[in-house]
Amino acid sequence: MKLNALLSRRVGLGLLGLLLLLVLGFVVMRSGPLAPVRVTVHKVSEGRLVPALFGIGTVEARRSYLIGPTTAGRVRQVAVDVGDVVKAGQLLAEMDPVDLDERLAALEASMARAGSAEAAVQAQRRDALAKRELAILNARRYADLGQKSFISAGVVEGKVQEQTSAEAAVSAADANLSAARQDLQRLAAERAGLRQQRDRLRLLAPSDGVVIARDAEAGSTVVAGQAVIRLIEPASLWVKVRFDQGRSAGLAQGLRAEIVLRSNPSKPLAGKVARVEAVSDSVTEERIAQVAFDSLPAGLALGELAEVTLALAPTAPALLLPNASIKRFADAQGERVGVWLLDDARLRFAPVRLGATSLDGQVQVLDGLRAGDLAVVYSEKALASGSRIKVVDRLVAGKP
Amino acid sequence: MISLAGRDILHSWGRFLLTGLGLGLLIGVTLTMAGVYRGMVDDARALLGNSGADLWVVQQDTQGPYAEASSLRDDAVRSILGLPGVARAANVTYLTMQVRHQGRDHGRDVRAMVVGFEPGQPGEPGYLLAGRHITRSHFEAVVDVRTGFVLGDRILIRRHDYTVVGLTQRMVSSGGDPMVFVSLKDAQEAQFLKDNDAILNERARTAANPGLNRPGAPGLLEAIQASQASNHNVNAVLVQVQPGVSAEAVAEQIRRWKHLEAFTRPQMEEILVAKLIATSARQIAMFLVILAVVSAAIVAFIIYTMTLGKIREIAVLKLIGTRNRTIAGMILQQALGLGLIGFIIGKVAATFWAPVFPKYVLLESADAVRGLVAVMLICALASILAIRAALKVDPAAAIGG
Repeated sequence: MKLNALLSRRVGLGLLGLLLLLVLGFVVMRSGPLAPVRVTVHKVSEGRLVPALFGIGTVEARRSYLIGPTTAGRVRQVAVDVGDVVKAGQLLAEMDPVDLDERLAALEASMARAGSAEAAVQAQRRDALAKRELAILNARRYADLGQKSFISAGVVEGKVQEQTSAEAAVSAADANLSAARQDLQRLAAERAGLRQQRDRLRLLAPSDGVVIARDAEAGSTVVAGQAVIRLIEPASLWVKVRFDQGRSAGLAQGLRAEIVLRSNPSKPLAGKVARVEAVSDSVTEERIAQVAFDSLPAGLALGELAEVTLALAPTAPALLLPNASIKRFADAQGERVGVWLLDDARLRFAPVRLGATSLDGQVQVLDGLRAGDLAVVYSEKALASGSRIKVVDRLVAGKP
Repeated sequence: MISLAGRDILHSWGRFLLTGLGLGLLIGVTLTMAGVYRGMVDDARALLGNSGADLWVVQQDTQGPYAEASSLRDDAVRSILGLPGVARAANVTYLTMQVRHQGRDHGRDVRAMVVGFEPGQPGEPGYLLAGRHITRSHFEAVVDVRTGFVLGDRILIRRHDYTVVGLTQRMVSSGGDPMVFVSLKDAQEAQFLKDNDAILNERARTAANPGLNRPGAPGLLEAIQASQASNHNVNAVLVQVQPGVSAEAVAEQIRRWKHLEAFTRPQMEEILVAKLIATSARQIAMFLVILAVVSAAIVAFIIYTMTLGKIREIAVLKLIGTRNRTIAGMILQQALGLGLIGFIIGKVAATFWAPVFPKYVLLESADAVRGLVAVMLICALASILAIRAALKVDPAAAIGG
């Protein structure tokens, strides 16, 4: 009985000790340098991917107008306010004409005076014509009498001279008349010029649009070219998108686009690339393209942030890999891009050449791999060729 | 021959095991403290290792980007790429900030280091646990699992929402804050972007400056305000040198001709380990030393008192003529056994509770071996005291009382 109890205690303690050793062994193998690195693998297979370009941009107007005076001056009145819808030719604002109206009045008066002068000249001409008429008749009569030798030749010559003077007086009257008319023409032209200047002070809408800014109020002085009113054509709104140069291959006019406005992220809008700018931004290393909406959403605001995704044509079938499996590893030949492959539970680094990528993280492998190769995708730490590994389904709970 | 030690343990195994357990937990605490110290140093090294750089190029006369603030123009990288011996170079920004969780657990703040990197360049996270690398040029993030975010989470950095697309591990700052990787442009903006009130104030202040808002110079104010709201600075340029080229030689050229500061990996490690975390690491190390001394003392006392508790039985053994060597062997075997059990329990306990710690705890095997040797030595030393006491006991004590 006693011996039995002793034996069972001994066995119990032995088991306990064994258990402790087992736990220690487990702990040593599971953590520290002896522990294997847990990895997940992916079988390389062929497939197509749909490359896409992603950029962000702001809503801008294709056509916007800065309306201001052509000469410096003071604003007399502003007829429209921000948000007003205006028609082409509508008065937006007017500049102060200063003395233009008075100068016009002065010109009008000058023209009236010139008209009077013309009338006077015309009257003088009529007088000269009448005098010439009489001189011609007298000269003819005296010439007849002279031929019949009733009067002396001196008297005849005097009458001929009178006729010549009368003709010269008519010519002078004609010249005076055309001078008066030319004066009137000059004044009319001056008045037309002044009217145009006066009209230029009225700032009119060049096209239908919406007022987006009222930069000056009545009484403020603006310089030539400074805007008083800013106008946009609301139908011409588009998104100016910036694409990272490094990820802009394939950017072209006409590509279908999906536009997500910041104000309504759950409702993507359709559009297409309307223009790709020939000059890219060398400082930010971005290319710029304009994407137009298929149909303009209501309440679109200028300057709103938008995310734009352009879908490119699917690629030809090729080997595909998740981009998480692409690693850089330095060996004797320097650092190279490649993939860790699993060959009979041993790791081998295979350099690869990569092609197109898609936004969901798939990347084309142009060469370096065969279909069916097992590539390491996720790992708990950076791998080396001697790493002990353990293949698992996933490394974190939840979806992989 | 029967084992005296074994028989004695069998006799009072409960007490023996409980003593071993207590001892084990104490050893576990000591091992953990060593792990905390190693973890701190390893966090600093992980930061360097993860960046994948041979050289850190930072603002002149600073020790950035980790230990000091550093700021340089983002086009400096182009002139560095042109230097002989440089294989790859990339801009990088670091900004420690609060990242806010959107959605599932709205408003929870996580202190994180936001890293701006260029995809495919040094500075990119080297491996993932789940998800994918960043493919869009904006508003995507790869995060360390320690942030607690999962794939698909929306997180708020400054005013923009980012989608978590990938998870990684052991990507921490030197202070142990988990990293959030975003694209360089986003990070540059996040680093510089002020809140809206500040921006409006700044605009008003610029507009109130008559020199910048002159009548007769339309567009000047707008241009100035636009230039105030853009950022072309980065914190550092990470450089990889070509194989066979000395990093120091390249660093020397950068210092001399580019008028920037450049640190090689040993220099950076020196800055991080010897300067940045020096005080806190020494604090932990000091605590570790005290804990080790206290643990040693407690182990010694436990073994000594355990022997003293058996002093009457030892007297009986002496009375019946047991040799001194046998008694000494019994005490030594018991002490070493206790130490071994304690060590195993301590090691197991430390391993199990280490991952629960908020910061990284690195349990090194070399530390464990050192701990085992120390425990065994202390047990042996303590048993010498106990053996002396046992051998001095008068056999008459067995019957005296």
